[in-house]
Amino acid sequence: MPVPREIDVALIRDTVAELCGQADLLLPEDVRRALERGMATEESPVGREVLARLIENADIARDESMPMCQDCGLAVIFLDIGQEVHLVGGDLIEAVNQGVRDGYERHYLRKSVCHPFTRQNTGDNTPAVVHISIVPGDKVHLWVVPKGGGSENMSKVFLLTPAMGLKGVKERVIETVEAAGPNPCPPIILGVAVGGTFDDACRRAKRALLRELGSVNPDPEAAALEAELLELVNRTGIGPAGLGGRITALGVFVDIRPCHIASLPLAVNVQCHAARHKEAVL
Amino acid sequence: MSQTIRLTTPLTSETLRELKSGDRVLLNGVVYTGRDAAHKRIVEAMEAGGQPPFPLEGAAIFYVGPSPAPPGRVIGAAGPTTSYRMDAYAPYLIAHGLKAMIGKGKRGEEVKAAMVRHGAVYLAAIGGAGALMARSITEAEVIAFPDLGPEAVRRLVVKDMPLFVVNDVHGGDLYQEGKAAYARG
Repeated sequence: MPVPREIDVALIRDTVAELCGQADLLLPEDVRRALERGMATEESPVGREVLARLIENADIARDESMPMCQDCGLAVIFLDIGQEVHLVGGDLIEAVNQGVRDGYERHYLRKSVCHPFTRQNTGDNTPAVVHISIVPGDKVHLWVVPKGGGSENMSKVFLLTPAMGLKGVKERVIETVEAAGPNPCPPIILGVAVGGTFDDACRRAKRALLRELGSVNPDPEAAALEAELLELVNRTGIGPAGLGGRITALGVFVDIRPCHIASLPLAVNVQCHAARHKEAVL
Repeated sequence: MSQTIRLTTPLTSETLRELKSGDRVLLNGVVYTGRDAAHKRIVEAMEAGGQPPFPLEGAAIFYVGPSPAPPGRVIGAAGPTTSYRMDAYAPYLIAHGLKAMIGKGKRGEEVKAAMVRHGAVYLAAIGGAGALMARSITEAEVIAFPDLGPEAVRRLVVKDMPLFVVNDVHGGDLYQEGKAAYARG
């Protein structure tokens, strides 16, 4: 019998706290490069100005230790836990939530979580939303994804009929972007999951947002759909900040998997340009 | 042609008549913050015969819930939140003197009609540029509903806050016009 590798949940707590700060203060490099590429191709002068301001905003956030956006997000945490890991030292979910509490307090991040009806703020940005997968190996890979409300509100899930097919999928994605217009802080990034079930499609659409902008999808069918959707989205004219222009989206990430013979689930998770995600491997 | 106009609050319909959708505004003076929960409380109180927590005549409301001020700072990140959630309350406030709303994202038809009828404007700040926007805020003080935390009503003093005119008093709409100029069928 191999001996499981022990990891204390206190390490996960402290890592989550640190990544909350990094995520909200430091724009990922791939997003910065995508904004710079956008400036080179944007035809609208106002659009170029908006993109330049967003890069300036990221510089100010980094240099002055300010969150890049006041909406520091609801903390979504992905945990890929190696099956040879034994977690010790307490309750994993409580450790993650304590990490969120510590991180949001320490880094002066806005607490944006409340009761759905009374709207009473929970005061510490918990509870986090935690997605756990068990994977081979003896490591814990974790991602902190603070998700803003403005873009999340523009996200959609569709249970299409099989007859609607690929054409129906494309139409619904573009409809989602058109309906959102300027609201989700374009240029946006789309996480698009096709197949699976109602719940699985939503989770995969969120997870697709973890990919690096400019990376190539190993699934050629998904890669082709990503290129076509990006082209269609950037023909809408919505543009940076919705003020008109070419660069409506910085990227589209597609995840395709089989589904029930009766179904064609589609989830579209809309992400603003403040595409915050930081990761660590323990 | 779009122009850049420096404005100072309180605002009047006469001044705002000069603005056209697509113009840039550098806003100065006092601006009040308010978002979902504060709007609900303000309108409910006024409908019950009470007073708003700040004078509405000529006022500008910024739809923002700032992040906490780090030590030595006036305010944290302070970019706009999505405006349509305030659409249910905006026509009532416009009818009671509100002259400018600062946010991001589309407004409903009733809000646009109220702006034309009463001579008010909707100004967009760049969504997500919260650290940049904080630089134009020189003072911040909670004046109502402190229990709402980030949603409390604050009195801000702003200096050359950079904004775009989206909806003017003439019915112009930059979101529609800008999109139409760059859309490809």
